[in-house]
Amino acid sequence: MDGLPSPGITVDAAGLSFDGRIVFDGLSFRLEGGCWTALLGPSGVGKSSLLRFIAGLPAAGGDIRGSVDAGDGMALTGRVAYMAQRDLLLPWLSVLDNVTLGHRLRGTPLGQQDRHRALHLLDQVGLADSADARPAALSGGMRQRAALARTLWENRPIVLMDEPFSALDALTRFRLQETAAGLLRDRTVFLVTHDPMEALRLADRILVLTGSPASLRETAAPPALPRPRDPGGEAMAARAAALMRDLAGTEGEAA
Amino acid sequence: MNRALRLLTTGFGLIAAWWLLVIVTDAPPFMLPDPPRVFAVLVDRTWLILPHAGITAIEIVIGLSLGTILGGASALLLISAAPVRRWLLPVLVVSQALPVFALAPLLTLWFGYGLASKVAMATLIIFFPVTAAFYDGLRRVDPGWLDLARVMGGGRATILRQIRLPAALPAFGSGLRVATAVAPIGAVVGEWVGSSAGLGYLMLHANGRMQTDLMFAALLVLAVMALGLYAAVDAGARALTRWQPENGYA
Repeated sequence: MDGLPSPGITVDAAGLSFDGRIVFDGLSFRLEGGCWTALLGPSGVGKSSLLRFIAGLPAAGGDIRGSVDAGDGMALTGRVAYMAQRDLLLPWLSVLDNVTLGHRLRGTPLGQQDRHRALHLLDQVGLADSADARPAALSGGMRQRAALARTLWENRPIVLMDEPFSALDALTRFRLQETAAGLLRDRTVFLVTHDPMEALRLADRILVLTGSPASLRETAAPPALPRPRDPGGEAMAARAAALMRDLAGTEGEAA
Repeated sequence: MNRALRLLTTGFGLIAAWWLLVIVTDAPPFMLPDPPRVFAVLVDRTWLILPHAGITAIEIVIGLSLGTILGGASALLLISAAPVRRWLLPVLVVSQALPVFALAPLLTLWFGYGLASKVAMATLIIFFPVTAAFYDGLRRVDPGWLDLARVMGGGRATILRQIRLPAALPAFGSGLRVATAVAPIGAVVGEWVGSSAGLGYLMLHANGRMQTDLMFAALLVLAVMALGLYAAVDAGARALTRWQPENGYA
């Protein structure tokens, strides 16, 4: 990150509608700089659209409005990395070329030093031996690790993650959560997830988006333990169960 | 069974079926000559057939090249510029609604009896499948890739070059294969309408003189040429998309 601090992000008066149906309106919140904020909520409540809005992407098929500003007053453009639920690896490129895709897209030449950094990142996510392989030769977990290396390669102070581990088996998810928490320690991370335990393991703050039209509220802070938190403790299990009950209850209300 | 052996088996199977049909129907040679008779003509009149085959091959290859270049350029234009798309798409559909065969006499009138009218015919017939398939491929790129590229700071031109183009290559390959299969039709129909050389001309000429065996020999050469061209294009399309698991490279 070249020593630059990770800025906070302020979202103001965000609204989303699909064909005139208001999904949410007037949402305002702040993501603290250098912290992980998780956003929980039932399906269809607009979590991914909110994340896409912060990323500067249009809402798929909907109309989104509001404003997004970085806490340091500088533009967000070029300071955001994005990791989706699917790995989005390009099948015609090798794993190494996928990791350094940003270079190709920005038209900047890839030097020997950049190549070494990419290889080092692949080593950190346990894919050093697969640098020259095509994505089709990798398992789901390996592909998502390659996607994480690509996110890290971007070296951006703000990282937006849209259910990045939800398609993985439990063990792979657990390991990848640890890797991500370690490697994205000081970034401003916004994590959209369905999984209360994932939010509790990784986040400093947990926001819940529920209702129709949806409203946003912050839950009690996760246990004061270093991230990634061990999911085995009683306190964590009780908090996850409470969060799950909370979500299930509001989903029932919405239905 | 490997691919070459499979092809050979299919080829021999078709010839055997043809021979069996001659025996079963007891058709006279001027209606349906048997394979040995046609192969004998093929050997005896090689130096008559070959120059005509060469001309047809040139027409097909030039038509295929031009049709592919024009089709590829049209698809790129359609994906790059919305105003162009609004005007060009209806024109493309109308151009396909007109039967290309009906245009053959006009093309002969405009471009003469030589190579140009047949190349124009082949180009016209090839242009649409290439444009339609390539444009479809460019359009149906995984939106997730485009989102990722935009967040990474990719501009429209770079995204087109780095994401859309490679992603559309399998669709382009499919269009090219269809185009290759129909390319000989364009050239031969053009030759039937008006020409002084080419396999279509030779077939028409042989038909008029009841030389059905020569007609079959010319047809056989045309089929072999078309298959050879298809195999070459198929290999080229596979080489362009080696990253696809079904092309045996992962």
